[in-house]
Amino acid sequence: MTCSDFLKELTDYLDDTLDNSTRVELEDHLHWCHNCYVICNTTKKTIEIYRDSQLYTLPDDLRNRLETAIVSKCKGRKKSH
Amino acid sequence: MAIIQQNVKDTVSDEMALVNAAKAGDVSAFEQLIKRYDRNVFRIAQHITQNREDAEDVVQDAFLKAFENLEQFQGNSKFYTWLVRIAVNESLMKLRRRRTDRTVSLDEDIETEEDSMPREVADWSPNPEQLYNQGELNEILSKTINGLPASFRTVFVLRDVEGLSTEETAEALDLSIPAVKSRLLRARLQLRERLNKFFRNPKGGDGHK
Repeated sequence: MTCSDFLKELTDYLDDTLDNSTRVELEDHLHWCHNCYVICNTTKKTIEIYRDSQLYTLPDDLRNRLETAIVSKCKGRKKSH
Repeated sequence: MAIIQQNVKDTVSDEMALVNAAKAGDVSAFEQLIKRYDRNVFRIAQHITQNREDAEDVVQDAFLKAFENLEQFQGNSKFYTWLVRIAVNESLMKLRRRRTDRTVSLDEDIETEEDSMPREVADWSPNPEQLYNQGELNEILSKTINGLPASFRTVFVLRDVEGLSTEETAEALDLSIPAVKSRLLRARLQLRERLNKFFRNPKGGDGHK
């Protein structure tokens, strides 16, 4: 397996959707290729950081305001039908 | 495991009960669906539009559109996947309105140098997110993901932030599964490459096994 082959399979490897033989080949490559080992770990970390981030959380006051507005509009639409 | 599967089944059937009640005109049932998903819709919308006011509008417009078109939801997919599809379309419309070129599309498939194998690979600090306070970290993450093409960041957000499956992401974005996989790989690699300068180990340690 070359580094380019590894890169092509990286997403399926991180998502754990590879067939067994490809996974074994890929893990063998990771044993001796330091660059791919680091890319694999830091890509995994990238996903974790975004997944666990507090980016774009909806503040409670805005959330309440939006919910009230949507419900009120839905009630209005219901009446107009 | 059996208990978890039962819980998932209960959630799905409970959700269909809410959808059916809302279809029959029960706004309080629809309100429960809003409370279940408004935070997710807001996050997706802000990631795509890159604008908070637009994201607020998208939350309102997407739920209202969903309520008005509930009859069209047949239950072949999850309600959430159907809702995400509406929210993504509303977000893209907002984004197009703000762009002068108006060519924002989920079909864009842009090759960049970041897609090839990096020549120099430096490892990151052991807990890179702890190098910054919450505000700094959010700014780094936001600026970094906003630099990606809309088609890449949308796939990344649905798959990796919101946790939709590849199949659900394909359905929500009207893309093929290979297209979702290709964009996801490139989004992940480009984000990793761009985060390097913030997270690489200052001591130069390579963290090798």
